Amino acid sequence: MIKVRIPTPLRPLTKGQGEVQAQAKSITEMIDNLNASHPGIKDRLCDETGELRRFVNIYVNEEDIRFLKGKDTSLKEGDEVSIVPAIAGGSLCRT
Amino acid sequence: MATMKALVCRECGKEYPTKAIHVCELCFGPLEVKYNYEEIKKGISRKKIQDGPDSIWRYADLLPVQGPTFLGPHAGMTPLVRAKNLGAHLGLDELYIKNDTVNHPTLSFKDRVVAVAITRARELGFETIACASTGNLANSVAAHAAAAGMRAYVFIPGDLEAAKVLGNLIYRPNVVEVEGNYDDVNRLCSEIAGEHGWAFVNINIRPYYAEGSKTLAYETVEQLGWRTPDQVVIPMASGSLLTKIWKGLHEMKTVGLISEVRTKINGAQAEGCSPISTAFKSGRDFFKPVKPKTIAKSLAIGNPADGYYALKATAESKGSMDMVSDDEVVEGIKLLAQTEGIFAETAGGVTIGVLQKLVKQGTIKKSDVTVAYITGNGLKTQEAVIDAVGRPHRIQPSLVSFEQTFKVGKHGGGDA
Repeated sequence: MIKVRIPTPLRPLTKGQGEVQAQAKSITEMIDNLNASHPGIKDRLCDETGELRRFVNIYVNEEDIRFLKGKDTSLKEGDEVSIVPAIAGGSLCRT
Repeated sequence: MATMKALVCRECGKEYPTKAIHVCELCFGPLEVKYNYEEIKKGISRKKIQDGPDSIWRYADLLPVQGPTFLGPHAGMTPLVRAKNLGAHLGLDELYIKNDTVNHPTLSFKDRVVAVAITRARELGFETIACASTGNLANSVAAHAAAAGMRAYVFIPGDLEAAKVLGNLIYRPNVVEVEGNYDDVNRLCSEIAGEHGWAFVNINIRPYYAEGSKTLAYETVEQLGWRTPDQVVIPMASGSLLTKIWKGLHEMKTVGLISEVRTKINGAQAEGCSPISTAFKSGRDFFKPVKPKTIAKSLAIGNPADGYYALKATAESKGSMDMVSDDEVVEGIKLLAQTEGIFAETAGGVTIGVLQKLVKQGTIKKSDVTVAYITGNGLKTQEAVIDAVGRPHRIQPSLVSFEQTFKVGKHGGGDA
């Protein structure tokens, strides 16, 4: 199992959970599997061509996957993945 | 005024109302102000600008505020200095220094962005203004808040220069010194911004705040007699200033103030914190965040929010990027002071150091009309040069003592 940390703005999709488990051998597979259990999450992480969105950072054991193999970065049992919006804070709307 | 149409996500294009928000809910991209340029074009002209106030507000048509009341009424319109001596030293025919060391009221380019941010924050109904800062921004927020009668919270890293700390306290805002570097401060402030309904100028007000930097482009073009420079050299911390100067130049063309933009944009960082320049030199369009270690503390942002767009703007303009060591920063500060009589802070040393490098490499050519942006004042970062400037000549209060120290002839000449 892979541990995946979910940022606040995506928690409405994970029933409020800040951490979920996934079974996957790569980041691509992890995103597909997450989307099966938490529908809609893939659209938030990837654009319409399937590429990771620029302002979504994904870290495997603290290393930015851009410096590994991107979406093809492989995962193994016990890895920890963090999904972090590049611009921290999320939205703050004053009405 | 009121030429703002919406906020728009720079990545996915989703539009939002012009409120205090800065991140796209859908794709996490940064939001940017979208204008109605057709409308602006009808009302703007060189004459109208020249007849306007002697401040950034002469360009109010291109700024994200409704007006007609502007806070920070004296920011901007700093001198564009024809740097003949430095130009001759470097081998440049036409070099200019855009001298924001004398910006009003706190001696850095941040007075531009804060004037815009606090004006917009007031329009949105905020009573408390705040920021995460490497120093200059905090100074400017504190001063503007005092003048506007607003409450202020400024968050700074724990290792700032003494003058930048004092330059907050004097205005009596709440000064919060965070045990950590700027990136730690910024992360904390993002959390605080989520909890409190404050106007964080560089977080939830960032789309408006960042637009203030465009005035550096407008002023340069106007002061050059309505022409764009061939080359500009811009210091980079978050990368925002560079992207906004590029945007500002193009907006002037869009609204018909100039007919062409032929400027190459060059970015400057210190070696101890050069995530953007390093990415550029490696041919990457993404950067690796770093832990900053440089005397150029005002540029010490290891995880630059606009790094990607800075890389993109530089590439589009066919410009370049480079970095210099801390020793070169000190030499750059001294060179500018000793050739042009302008005392810049460490970021200015970075800019001059990189300018020098780009000229040596042949990236900037002798005949290129070149503008170097000097964004902050040396009196705020005295620690950086205190051991590199020598000591005064100490003498007795007598003519003999003076004459013994200085072998000066009766009719001038000579030196100690």
